[in-house]
Amino acid sequence: MKSSVIVFPGSNCDRDVAVALEKMQFKNKMVWHKETRLPKSDLIVIPGGFSYGDYLRSGAIAGKSLIIDEVIKAASSGCLILGICNGFQILTETGLLKGTLLRNKNLKFINKDVHIKVINNNTKFSKKYKKGQILNINIAHNEGNFFTDSKHLEELKKENLIAFKYCDEKGDINENSNPNGSLENIAGILNSNKNILGMMPHPERMIDEIISNKDGVNLFSSLLS
Amino acid sequence: MKITNQLIEKHGLKFDEYNEIKKLLKREPNLLELGIFSAMWNEHCSYKSSRIHLKKLPTTGKQVIQGPGENAGVIDIGDNDAIIFKIESHNHPSYIEPYQGAATGVGGILRDVFTMGARPIALLNSIHFGSPNHKKTKSLLNGVVSGIGGYGNCIGIPTVAGETKFNETYNENILVNAMAVGHAKKDKIFYSKAKGINKSVVYVGSKTGRDGIHGASMASAEFDENSEEKKPTVQVGDPFTEKLLMEACLELMKDNSIISIQDMGAAGLTSSSVEMASKGELGIELELNRVPCREENMTPYEMMLSESQERMLIILEDGKEQDAKKIFDKWDLDFVVIGKTTDTNNLTLKYNNKIEGEIPIEALASKAPLYNRKWSKKKKSNKKIDLKDLKKIKIEDALIKILSSPNHSNKNWITNQYDQSVMCDTIQKSGADAAIIRIHNKDKAIAVSVDSSANYCKSHPTTGGKQIVCENWRNLITVGAKPLAITNCLNFGNPENNEIMGEFAECLQGIKEACEFLNYPVVSGNVSFYNGTNKKNIYPTPVIGGVGLIKKLSQPLNHHFKGQNNKLILIGKTFGHLEQSCFLKENYSIDIGMPPEINLLNEKNNGESLLKLIEENLVLSSHDISNGGLITALSEMALNSDYGAKIQKPKKLTNLFRYFFGEDQARYIVEIEAHNLSKVEKILKDNDTYYENIGHTQKEFFEIEGELKISTKSLFKINNEWYNNY
Repeated sequence: MKSSVIVFPGSNCDRDVAVALEKMQFKNKMVWHKETRLPKSDLIVIPGGFSYGDYLRSGAIAGKSLIIDEVIKAASSGCLILGICNGFQILTETGLLKGTLLRNKNLKFINKDVHIKVINNNTKFSKKYKKGQILNINIAHNEGNFFTDSKHLEELKKENLIAFKYCDEKGDINENSNPNGSLENIAGILNSNKNILGMMPHPERMIDEIISNKDGVNLFSSLLS
Repeated sequence: MKITNQLIEKHGLKFDEYNEIKKLLKREPNLLELGIFSAMWNEHCSYKSSRIHLKKLPTTGKQVIQGPGENAGVIDIGDNDAIIFKIESHNHPSYIEPYQGAATGVGGILRDVFTMGARPIALLNSIHFGSPNHKKTKSLLNGVVSGIGGYGNCIGIPTVAGETKFNETYNENILVNAMAVGHAKKDKIFYSKAKGINKSVVYVGSKTGRDGIHGASMASAEFDENSEEKKPTVQVGDPFTEKLLMEACLELMKDNSIISIQDMGAAGLTSSSVEMASKGELGIELELNRVPCREENMTPYEMMLSESQERMLIILEDGKEQDAKKIFDKWDLDFVVIGKTTDTNNLTLKYNNKIEGEIPIEALASKAPLYNRKWSKKKKSNKKIDLKDLKKIKIEDALIKILSSPNHSNKNWITNQYDQSVMCDTIQKSGADAAIIRIHNKDKAIAVSVDSSANYCKSHPTTGGKQIVCENWRNLITVGAKPLAITNCLNFGNPENNEIMGEFAECLQGIKEACEFLNYPVVSGNVSFYNGTNKKNIYPTPVIGGVGLIKKLSQPLNHHFKGQNNKLILIGKTFGHLEQSCFLKENYSIDIGMPPEINLLNEKNNGESLLKLIEENLVLSSHDISNGGLITALSEMALNSDYGAKIQKPKKLTNLFRYFFGEDQARYIVEIEAHNLSKVEKILKDNDTYYENIGHTQKEFFEIEGELKISTKSLFKINNEWYNNY
């Protein structure tokens, strides 16, 4: 399985996700944003960070970078694309995913371990999880408050495109278990072809027992099988 | 322009100092030169009041690769791995403009570390605010915390530990100290000493603007009612550019093209070029027309004194310019050869083909003023507290008062605003005695902690100085690390005042004694004087940042109780020292008498014994006992756990308040499995370590036999309310 991690100026989770991919036996390449050709990849990861300093708007400038045209082309030919945190923001800026990520409702950066529930486990990204499984996973963002129009929300629900929702440790999805104000506690969504996943939580931070836990491992191993 | 008395004063120079400048130059300086002298001779850059005392600190040891005098200190952690670290203050700017002040404090200290070839792996901070009731405190707290987070989060280096304290002594002068820790290969460390004549001097990074002109001079004067007007001297940070600069520098460092490298921190282009030339005993010539400027029509004076952030000066080996430039082009950063090294031993500044300033390097560096300021010794206070004179309170109420106080409340409100997990090597986040960071791709780790005890230092500086070093040492030991070395940030008032200078000299004496005894050398640091407003000085607040090594990673150790029916051992003797305690301060607003005494012999022995227990895998959790005494420490072990404890009443010391709230030093609480008790006791006895069996862990409740019973959930609630309601 071949993967590419796109590196923008200001990406800062690129190494972390590369470490996770290599640990899971992906053959990974780092791709600089000024490149105009992608290496052959089964998976493209847009990592977290502050691409272009998040100036203008999170992900806005990265969404117009040279390599992004290639990512869009690859997406339309079915390549798997995973956007984590800033990567999710970039995907919404390119239009590969609909919706947007607003500032957290408390107007502060939030870094903590939260719980999310696997809503759809029938995807290439999540088939190793059980439906309804609760994961303990790290979030770290300023703008993670997912919002979209009612039409798109209906589509997400009808087509089963909501991948993860924030919940509490028992799995209850409510306002108290919503860390950032996201619409209906949404933590990650898919496109209608289900080859693109954008998520705010960081699965690459959850692959090692001594650091955190291994709740992120199955996301990567789902992609392998 | 004629140099008038007014101009001299405006540059923060004394008239004797000006006369000395004339002697060194053998003429009158022009305005540019006066500005440069002012930038180099101020307290912040020259350490003119502190150098004499700093020399006494122990700075060497088997573990030390580089002590003070470089951008940061370097220690050896084996296997060709080195740890590079330093702490620095950004107090004055943070009070004037909290977000940018704190942010650029973080940015500055990060540059000090990656300049030497290290990839930064952890950030820490020590922040002190005035009383929570003071009108400015809330907005300063908000600004500083978001500034620290804003910079660290963006650049992608985890902020893993820190301390936040409130005391009215900081009402008009807060403290913001930032520490950075980096990892490098021992054979790939870069220094600032220039070598060779006619080598290219390269400017890289952000463009130079008019921000921060005279920042270092501002940091070398007291505040007054007009301090707000100094806002333009605060620099503006851009963590995004710093991230690019860091990656570009680290990329360039893979090659052998750098002779010397120095970040442009306080006093910008001036101090960086002088420092490199002075260490290399060379001259340096700069063509100021080539300096990349952000604003139009900048004068040589402004260029030399700007403190614009995210800039570096590099001296390159011959013929390496093109390859180096490619790297900086890739990262979209300026890369301009702005000068060369010379054999004149002068700083020569050219502008429009004319020499605008020329100063012998030694006049700016080694011949900068050195003061042996007068200082007075602090008298020992013989005031003692008699509990019979105080209003009676219940143990439970006293404990609740402490746990719910601003200084002891859970700080998640702060730490949740910092990315603590990025880089995926943070094993222990903040909230523990020390943070633990894994060395990337290895099965070893470092532990880091920052500590201060201003109350103790105020009441008796020598004891206070010793105490912080010891407390910092203990904090590393409780997580199973061998303490290796420290960095210090010495925050004091006006050194021209005998008493303040005395506080400085005596605190340093204490730090020196403790560091020497514990083989815990000082490898880097920073002095911040003039912390005060209108003659009101802050409490002496030396901050110690320590680094220790965990050679072999096993299960990380923290202070949360791990199970029920485990035995609890108290290591170290309890005498019941209550003067200067948190108990008296929080419950009676009393802060009299001496701080607890430090017995370095016991400190060392008790700590080393605990390390032995940890190395034998006998310890489930451990915690040092500091502010708030035994009962506070036990509560802290319980409140983040499902388990509490049942503690017996003491057999010897019968006054329960003295026993439970006393702040005697060199003490730890250790949780062990019951079946290991005899093994643990044997090790402690064999090592002549005093200990007591004080009880055992149990489900749900924290209990003192016949005195108090409170659920761990209630303790958690009590401890978690203050910040959320502030």
